[in-house]
Amino acid sequence: MKLLTLMAAMVAATFVHAAVAADMPEFTLVIKNHVYQPSELTIPAGTKVKLHITNEDATPEEFESTDFNRESVVLPNHSIVVFIGPLRAGTYGFFGDFHRETAQGRLIVE
Amino acid sequence: MPAVALLVFREVLEAALIISIICAATRGVPGRAARVLGGIGLGVAGALLVALGADFIANLASGAGQDIFNAAVLLLAVLMIGWHVIWMSSHGRELAQHMTSVGSAVKQGSRSLNLLLTVVALAVLREGSEVVLFLFGLSASGINAVQMAGGIGIGIIGGATLGFGLYIGLLGIPINHFFTVTNIMLVLLAAGLASTAAGYLVQSDLLPAMGSQIWDTSRLLSDDSALGKTLGVLIGYKSAPAGIQLAFYLTTVALLTAGMRWQQKRAMPASRSVSAPRESAPRHPQH
Repeated sequence: MKLLTLMAAMVAATFVHAAVAADMPEFTLVIKNHVYQPSELTIPAGTKVKLHITNEDATPEEFESTDFNRESVVLPNHSIVVFIGPLRAGTYGFFGDFHRETAQGRLIVE
Repeated sequence: MPAVALLVFREVLEAALIISIICAATRGVPGRAARVLGGIGLGVAGALLVALGADFIANLASGAGQDIFNAAVLLLAVLMIGWHVIWMSSHGRELAQHMTSVGSAVKQGSRSLNLLLTVVALAVLREGSEVVLFLFGLSASGINAVQMAGGIGIGIIGGATLGFGLYIGLLGIPINHFFTVTNIMLVLLAAGLASTAAGYLVQSDLLPAMGSQIWDTSRLLSDDSALGKTLGVLIGYKSAPAGIQLAFYLTTVALLTAGMRWQQKRAMPASRSVSAPRESAPRHPQH
């Protein structure tokens, strides 16, 4: 019973929340030659943003950040969307888990 | 080669820690080794299938397919672990007592073991599919096969050794507390998996974050460090969890604890009225 109430609340919250998500700032990252372009991305603090990540390489990559807790595979010639934040101001690292030597980037939140 | 070894090591470590907790929790159940190995085999096969179908999964649910898939795999594992610990809460003591004999609890134990075998398979599938995708990419970029095999070997041996170390450590727990400890570990493991599942649903905006950084200890202990990763599996440690992840974690702990209490209460009078007369039947005839 408790579980049902909780699940109902979660479903309700998801709908309310989808309605508010209309005008969200959007950003794009491109992976090429196992490097993020741009390697530094600035986003506003305290705001949820929609991040498009396109992999132009012929090999899969995993967009990952342990600083802001995101992890998603981007297949070759595919695009994914990852929602980030709202985050507090600061600098956060992200990387490509499959090519850590080169695929490094910084997210600047201000 | 170091890059291959490190990536394989990280993924194998996570799966190996989960498997070692499950091996400890099923101590004394006959047919366990074969089933755990079977679970690993199924998981590897599943990982290959998932990697091959990655394109299909990625395009599902207008791009959220990958996150939904990951969350579903994790929540399925949570369900199986939950089922097992609730069942164990009434039979753990019998299992400890009948460890050497073949009691009814042990037979029932093997039924619950099938659930945990599925958890082994799911853990291997999840971590393994990432490794397979990574290796697909590597082989496409023309890496030396010997270097690749060497990296994979070192990674697997490293991860498996740490997992085995945890298992050996757990075996040192006195037998009368043993299943209490492994049950607590399973509850924390399940709670951590549930919070990771919530994280996937937040990143594709299917769940509200309810506060995206409840705390931030990434400078003290990063999720990416070996210790952070280990604690991530063992107790569900996250350096910067979202509010909803915390909610999933606490809800899992609360539901499983309540389920275990309920099952203990339900089983106690029943096991007395059923097993006591049977054992004492010769001395105290009922009718």
